[in-house]
Amino acid sequence: MAMSDASATAPSPTARTPRIEIISAYAIQMWAVAGAEITKLRHDPVELVSRAIQPVLWLVLFGQVMGRVRGMNTGGLSYEDFLAPGILAQSVLFAAIFYGISAIWERDLGILQRYLVSPAPRSALIIGKAISSAVRGLVQGFIVYLIALALGTDISVEPRHILGAAVFIALGSGLFSTFSLIIACLVRTRERFMGVGQFLTMPIFFASNAIYPIDLMPRWLQVISHGNPLTYQVDALRTLMLRGAESSIGLSIDFLVLMGIAVCLIALAARLYPRMGT
Amino acid sequence: MIVAQHLTKTFGHLVAVDDVTVSVSNGEIFGLIGANGAGKSTLVKIFATLLTPTSGTASVAGFDTMRQSAEVRRHIGYVPQLLSADGDLTGRENMLLSARLYATRGGERKRRIDEALSAMGLAEAQDRLVKTYSGGMIRRLEIAQAMLHRPQVLFMDEPTVGLDPLARDAVWEHVRMLRQSFGMTMIVTTHYLEEADLLCDRIAIMQRGRFVAVGSPQELKSSVGPTATLDDVLVHLIGQTHEQEGGYGDVRRERHSAIAHG
Repeated sequence: MAMSDASATAPSPTARTPRIEIISAYAIQMWAVAGAEITKLRHDPVELVSRAIQPVLWLVLFGQVMGRVRGMNTGGLSYEDFLAPGILAQSVLFAAIFYGISAIWERDLGILQRYLVSPAPRSALIIGKAISSAVRGLVQGFIVYLIALALGTDISVEPRHILGAAVFIALGSGLFSTFSLIIACLVRTRERFMGVGQFLTMPIFFASNAIYPIDLMPRWLQVISHGNPLTYQVDALRTLMLRGAESSIGLSIDFLVLMGIAVCLIALAARLYPRMGT
Repeated sequence: MIVAQHLTKTFGHLVAVDDVTVSVSNGEIFGLIGANGAGKSTLVKIFATLLTPTSGTASVAGFDTMRQSAEVRRHIGYVPQLLSADGDLTGRENMLLSARLYATRGGERKRRIDEALSAMGLAEAQDRLVKTYSGGMIRRLEIAQAMLHRPQVLFMDEPTVGLDPLARDAVWEHVRMLRQSFGMTMIVTTHYLEEADLLCDRIAIMQRGRFVAVGSPQELKSSVGPTATLDDVLVHLIGQTHEQEGGYGDVRRERHSAIAHG
């Protein structure tokens, strides 16, 4: 047993610790959570693949039928094209919004306690969780891209567009998973979470531009949908994913709104998360 | 190393920890024994910064658990009563997760993980998913994880609950070796009295959130009679009624962790 060095402890950042040290420690701690989750996905990718079924149904069944209704102003796009980015955002949303349930699961075991007794800043834990959700979102986005291509959607394959779409997929996924984590901190049991989760996904989905343009909505719903982050995500994805589509909001506004909401949610989650451990 | 002064924690009407004052010195193994619901876990959670006391103060390794909780966390390891290793990761991946949570860097990280895995007798099983481990192996892994950053104080909440006697012995043997190599202070809760007797330098007997007796196992036993066991001490101090303490929630938690540990 060559265990040595009894007095050495983890480096503790004091006032004299260089900033670069603090930042790199933060990055390692963030990656602790994200890396573990991604490793688990690698061990068992079945869940990811099975989640690809729902978007296929939406695009093939819903899209093909609604595409025959010619009354919708989709800004010069065919309805099938219009729908694809909406369904991409939807599949990412549905995966992310139930993310909190795994946090409750980790609390019911003792895994959460292990996170909480570590010196990792709470925000590093939350951002780590958001990153792992973003990675799931990206895999899912990739699958929906393939499906859409196979269905003949007019997709832009320009690298900068794909890269831009990836940014918005990751951002949206991280945002909604953090939102889900906050709900988990508030309701605290799996049973209640399932109820609330079901109750939340539908309004977020329908009060957005995912499957119909906002112009089509009654005035009050238009107002609500402008407060809905999904609207901004879909707007950006529609602009970046399709050839010849134009943003109705503006990509930089989309980005700033999503980023702003994400930062607020992360700050709130970092406050609530430790209470879950008790 | 650990000081608590008039520590009290209430949950609604329930007084889980009731005016506890204690001091544990450097290198000591301090046992907390008592029935389910006596307040052992709550007390440990306060020291480990997972709970804030309703009143009173606690300090660990010289840092206040409320005002300097981040510093406390840097200096402690905590093995919760619940299952804290992730069954969907391998042993080594679990170790990696812990090492990163403490921001241990590259080469040092690998060295410490290798060392801890072999010290806990898990080197060969390190690449298997933890859900295939036995209960005793999981416990040893969890202790290895809690040790990676070389804490000055190690808290272990019911480390052997739900394990068969052989696995329990193996866990204790490893704990003893750890102590020899590192000389760390340990706080252990258990309701296996023989274990507390063999392992601990001092023991506190808890009932309804209070310390009803504190002393070395020998002191406690001889206070009751020349041939007394710790069992006799417990009966003498709190009577048979301790059997009835702890509610449905405790039983559920207990069974849950017992089942989870296989």
